[in-house]
Amino acid sequence: MLKVQHISKRRKFRKVLQDCSFVIETGKIIGIIGENGSGKTTLLKVLAGILRANQGTINLENDRSQQISYSPDQSYFYDYFSIEELIEFYQSQYPDFNQERANALIEFFTLNRKEKIKYLSKGQLGRVKIVVTIAREAPFLVLDEPLAGLDPLVKEKIIKGIIQFIDLESQSLIITTHKLLEVEPILDEVIVMKNGTIIEQKQVEQIREETTIQRWLEQLY
Amino acid sequence: MTQQFQRDKPIYLQVVDTIIQEIVSGIRQSGEKLPSVREYAIEVGVNPNTIQRVYRELDQRQITITKRGQGTFVTEDSRLITQVREELKKQYVDQFVEDMEALGFSKEEIILSLKEGEHDA
Repeated sequence: MLKVQHISKRRKFRKVLQDCSFVIETGKIIGIIGENGSGKTTLLKVLAGILRANQGTINLENDRSQQISYSPDQSYFYDYFSIEELIEFYQSQYPDFNQERANALIEFFTLNRKEKIKYLSKGQLGRVKIVVTIAREAPFLVLDEPLAGLDPLVKEKIIKGIIQFIDLESQSLIITTHKLLEVEPILDEVIVMKNGTIIEQKQVEQIREETTIQRWLEQLY
Repeated sequence: MTQQFQRDKPIYLQVVDTIIQEIVSGIRQSGEKLPSVREYAIEVGVNPNTIQRVYRELDQRQITITKRGQGTFVTEDSRLITQVREELKKQYVDQFVEDMEALGFSKEEIILSLKEGEHDA
């Protein structure tokens, strides 16, 4: 279980996160949504231990690298690596990196292991990010905007890859998006952010019982 | 193929309806093993937890039986399947008649047009 309590974060004199609290149970897929600038990426960075919160607590050790497998929205690979070398690099860095799962993912996404990162298309790079992030057996997988800017077929393939390769017995997935409808069928719960704070957390099926996702969002904003 | 879902109804209930339709229409035979939770989740493009809930719901309605370590199977109770089939028929017909009557058609007109439809087909 991940327990985030009263997290606040200032940058210079601006508050980018304000009193964010939520709980994520093991085995759940959680979507964090919000407009650009609502604080999603900052929140993930605080979760991943890349930024330090000014206030609040998270029930994880300070070294998050063993507990969270994090994929930023920016590209972050050495572009002279081939996919194969990137996999080896990840394996050397993370004891929980599952080589078998990585290979299965590469096959699933029909990637060429010998291809260099710098020659990959945007869609291929998007898939490589998913491979290295979800090949780890860390309890929390965190993906920042994994579908942004990709074409519909690649999106669908990535979503299927996520469903197939995550082990929900022992892992949870946190995924941010500003297009909720794209990922909504795979979510257990959605967390809504606005102006640096969390304004709602709710089970997706519960929303569907009461109304539609679109109407629910309109009412929140 | 990824299934498209209605926006205003829980996904698990929509998948339950789909599976029941498949069983009632014979696409899925009695005693047949359903796909594993993960296989089915990938097939329809939804969260595995949702499919888990679907199988739980089907088990509760006794339309399927989940055997530990073996999987989920369509019931072999053909009386139950027939009964569900009749219930569904009644439900859809009632709804149809209600809609038609709201449009001002009489039962006779509905029957007549159904018979005409048969000739077209």
